[in-house]
Amino acid sequence: MKEVISANEAAAIAAKLARVKVISAYPITPQTAIVEKLSEFVADGELDAEFIKVESEHSALSACVGAAAAGVRTFTATSSQGLMLMSEILFVASGLRLPLVMANANRSLSAPLSIWCDQQDSFAVRDSGWLQIYCENSQEVLDSILQAYRISEQALLPVMVCFDGYILTHTAEPVDVPDQKEVDEFLPPYKYPYSLDPEKPVTIGAVGVPEYYEEFRYMLHEAVAASREKLVEVDEEFGRRFGRRFGLIERYFSDDADIVLVTAGSLSGTIKDVVDDYRAKGESVGHLRIRVFRPFPSDDIVDALKNAKVVAVLEKDISLGYGGAIFTDLAAAFANRGRKPPLMINFICGLGGRDVSPMDIREAVRQSASALQAGEVKRNVRWLGLREKILGLRA
Amino acid sequence: MKKISEVELFASGHRACAGCGCVLAMRHILKALGKDVIISQATGCMEVVSTLYPETSWRVPWIHVAFENAAAVASGVEAALKKLGKKWIKSVAIAGDGGTADIGLQALSGMVERGHNCLFICYDNEAYMNTGIQRSGLTPFGTWTTTTPIGRERRGEDRPKKDIPAIIAAHGAPYVATASVAYPFDLVEKVKKAAAIEGPTYIQIHAACTPGWRIDTAKSIEVMRMAVLTGAWILYEIENGKLKVTFKPPKRRPVADYLKMQGRFRHLTDEEIAGIQKMVDEQCKRFGID
Repeated sequence: MKEVISANEAAAIAAKLARVKVISAYPITPQTAIVEKLSEFVADGELDAEFIKVESEHSALSACVGAAAAGVRTFTATSSQGLMLMSEILFVASGLRLPLVMANANRSLSAPLSIWCDQQDSFAVRDSGWLQIYCENSQEVLDSILQAYRISEQALLPVMVCFDGYILTHTAEPVDVPDQKEVDEFLPPYKYPYSLDPEKPVTIGAVGVPEYYEEFRYMLHEAVAASREKLVEVDEEFGRRFGRRFGLIERYFSDDADIVLVTAGSLSGTIKDVVDDYRAKGESVGHLRIRVFRPFPSDDIVDALKNAKVVAVLEKDISLGYGGAIFTDLAAAFANRGRKPPLMINFICGLGGRDVSPMDIREAVRQSASALQAGEVKRNVRWLGLREKILGLRA
Repeated sequence: MKKISEVELFASGHRACAGCGCVLAMRHILKALGKDVIISQATGCMEVVSTLYPETSWRVPWIHVAFENAAAVASGVEAALKKLGKKWIKSVAIAGDGGTADIGLQALSGMVERGHNCLFICYDNEAYMNTGIQRSGLTPFGTWTTTTPIGRERRGEDRPKKDIPAIIAAHGAPYVATASVAYPFDLVEKVKKAAAIEGPTYIQIHAACTPGWRIDTAKSIEVMRMAVLTGAWILYEIENGKLKVTFKPPKRRPVADYLKMQGRFRHLTDEEIAGIQKMVDEQCKRFGID
């Protein structure tokens, strides 16, 4: 059934459709509407779940870990500072190989304090062993959360579904909400093979001495890498059942384009509009959206960019003192394949809620075209839309 | 005659120090709880000594996640048990004094305030012993630790113990108690009682650390018993807000008898001991022991 809802509502509905048994969450802007909606579902008896109104995000994820280990499907949602407070437990959760699903409303990190959108929060925890999916719209949020449960429970790895704060969390758009029956057929009841049970006691979370620790990390690394196949398989099955599939990456006129703009998240929508304009004028500009960031689909990306002459990565995050997370991984992907990389430019943009307009994207294309003409990139990390006056760079 | 279960749910062969009071606490806790429990344990000595992969001392389901969140993990376990309809299984959190009173206090407060059907047990060896004897919020006044050394300007811990049982009781918890490893019958009865209560309950167990307290490994029970006999550690319970001392030392011994058994107090002058005696006397008066 089509409903006009925000990404926050889509996330809450997805958790309900997944028949989660324990929800443990803490309010944080711009995610709060998810926990409010779920509270209503529980209060109205529409969702048969325990909602633990914890005293922090750290406890939110900790309680999910306990509940998942005890044998039920869980859900939590957070954002920004909340994700940072959880970060210790993120690493533990993947290390314990627990199936968990989390929604993260992408928001900037303090300081300065900002409640507005960027993706510094989830990119900062890219090494935590959580699979990361970045959504373009509310439909994808709902569908990705449903997919995430299947993937998580089969791969025994936690999954984080990320979507841009405000841009998606507070924007209503038509979403096809699947029937409960269809979802039940897609998503079998939760089963964790090592659950905490007095009839069959297990010890979870033992000490890993140097003789064992490295093997545990190796196995976790291999599992995260191998989850690529599971992501593809589940996405395909989802497509067969629901008529929608998303892929690990999305190619938008990228195969034959000289200049390819790469991004993750909702910015993709604006970029597609701009690409349409260029294509209408016969200019060779394309777009590639990275939907799954962990595991990084490096082979898929390198293949998709094999004809690109300039790759411009527009991203709402920054590894301070170096560059953006997507750009860095993308550059490494070419090196790892022994492939001569195209000219690459990293555009840091949209931090702390700064709007990235079609004009900014056209500026990125212009700079990419100059690089193409010059045959080289002099400065590969650039900032789009900086207010130079504030920085004192211009009177 | 009172009986304690002969079933050993905490296996021997762990790596605790000789004379460890805490590991005896684990053994007696499990004897009291029986097999239908799920333990959520904080990082700390008892976690480290009992679960070096690929071995474990726990014959009951057990999970360790991190240092500060045992109460939150136990809350999640309890919520899951509720949904699974397994009401006969008790969710129990265990942490040391740091994992309870300092870094773990927020999660513990949340667990109690939300009214989870969980028992939280603190084994209190009165400092961060796992990292090598640093002071915690439960280190007693005057104690030497590696972060409260005896110098020219400062002489050991300068603050009294944080009163966690009072804090938990103030949350409205139906049952709060203290216990000592030197009084196993009292300990086992309290754990049984707390576990049987539907709601958040709390027990703080005085448990010796032989290297941390600087005591002879053969003397740990004697030292813990002397803590009770001098009134330095009081055995009590607070049931629905009502305080009851469960053991009154027949003729209270001077606190010096307890302090002088331990290297962590050996720097104390007679004057300083007199000061501590005064604090203990006041505490005993408050609990109606004398």
